[in-house]
Amino acid sequence: MSPARLSVDRERCIGAGMCALTAPEVFDQDPDDGRVLLLQAEPPAAHRAAAQMAARVCPSGSITFHKPEPNGSWGVSAK
Amino acid sequence: MVMGESVHTVTTMPTARQSGCPFDPPAELIDARRHGPISRYTFPGGKPGWLITGYDLVRSVLADSRFSSRKELMRHHPTIDYGDFEVPPAPPGEFLLMDEPQHSRYRKPLMGKFTVRRMRLLSERIEQITADHLDAMEKTGPPTDLVTAYAKPIPAVIICELLGVPYQDRGSFQEQVDSFMNGETSDEDLMAAYTATQNYLAELVAAKRANPTDDVLSDLTDSDLTDEELKGIALILLAAGLDTTANMLALGTFALLRNPEQLAALRADPALIDGAVEELLRYLSVAKTFMRTALEDVELGGRTIKSGSPVILSYNTANRDPERFADPHVLDLGRQQGGHLAFGHGIHQCLGQQLARVEMRVAFRALIERFPTLRLAVPAEEVGLRSETADIYGVKSMPVTWDKEES
Repeated sequence: MSPARLSVDRERCIGAGMCALTAPEVFDQDPDDGRVLLLQAEPPAAHRAAAQMAARVCPSGSITFHKPEPNGSWGVSAK
Repeated sequence: MVMGESVHTVTTMPTARQSGCPFDPPAELIDARRHGPISRYTFPGGKPGWLITGYDLVRSVLADSRFSSRKELMRHHPTIDYGDFEVPPAPPGEFLLMDEPQHSRYRKPLMGKFTVRRMRLLSERIEQITADHLDAMEKTGPPTDLVTAYAKPIPAVIICELLGVPYQDRGSFQEQVDSFMNGETSDEDLMAAYTATQNYLAELVAAKRANPTDDVLSDLTDSDLTDEELKGIALILLAAGLDTTANMLALGTFALLRNPEQLAALRADPALIDGAVEELLRYLSVAKTFMRTALEDVELGGRTIKSGSPVILSYNTANRDPERFADPHVLDLGRQQGGHLAFGHGIHQCLGQQLARVEMRVAFRALIERFPTLRLAVPAEEVGLRSETADIYGVKSMPVTWDKEES
């Protein structure tokens, strides 16, 4: 199975840090502006659930979790 | 919900909680949520609006820019009749009561100052501050008021150090802030405290600009923000940093003492602390309600929220929504469901939440480790609770005691 894929929108980000708190292996915050830094766009299975939770709790909706569809295309399922 | 079906109506916000249930939202609000996530609400003076009590709807309003936080639009208070009084816009810097793009002008330069990583670096300093306060409690001996000896001073020292309020000014500054947060101050005293605080912060900003020190406020002087704006920022950061965590620490300790099996579990396994803090945040939701105003007609939960309608968001009932949290009225430190709304949601979600988390993790643990026999020194029903009219819920004072020989 192809891995899940993440994308972030740094312009939307409000630096709340929920992602870095929830999935620290996948997200960090830029030390200068506090905005999201995506460490792994395709997190390994062990961190996928945390990454998905981070997308769900992000207060500004800046993280998108793309789930691989059976047909090989990328669906969007952040919420 | 079927369109046209009659909607539950709430005509006044409850002023008290049910006796014996100091941690639960008022029964009327729990009842409103049971009828559905959205109720009609009649504001004082008769203005119709809405009261939202369900988790999903509260969360969706918070994420929706069609609902405004602008102060000048909030002409209707849940409990106070403003009459025809025009509400002025938020003063410069008070970005909690602004929408984009004004909000970002103030939040942006602060975002890098309160990151998860930066706040974790403060752990050691917070441990030292808590240890100092525990030492002082031990020295004085039991009984002592946990609010004044521990819950209030710890977040106060930390936020003041972070922002750069000199040590000698802390006492008087905290008194002023207390008087606008406790919900019991007369209008006259409120005005006096507000003016004194404004004057103090104006002097502080001028001092930081003249002689920058190693703190957030000094850092901000190196930006295009005016002194007036810096004063507004300082005011909301200090007020938020002083009152919220203090109430969580005292009320959280009260809740732990009333749930001894949960407290025992936390003592036995300190690794529970991160989840315990999240659960206490959910369970207590000390920041109980916030307001928004619809900027256009919005369909919500099968209802039409008319443009200009005031909307009350009840965080504490949302965090007790059984459709989101199983057994919501149970304090369960091992609870796995995340996503509580205690820090809000959307662009205004608490800027200082990572600081609050580190403070609570350190302070709850240190307290229960230092005093394994900690208990209330008065019957639980005599613990002085804040009125529902206060913006932030909490305990006013809480006498605690412990066995001396152990310490």
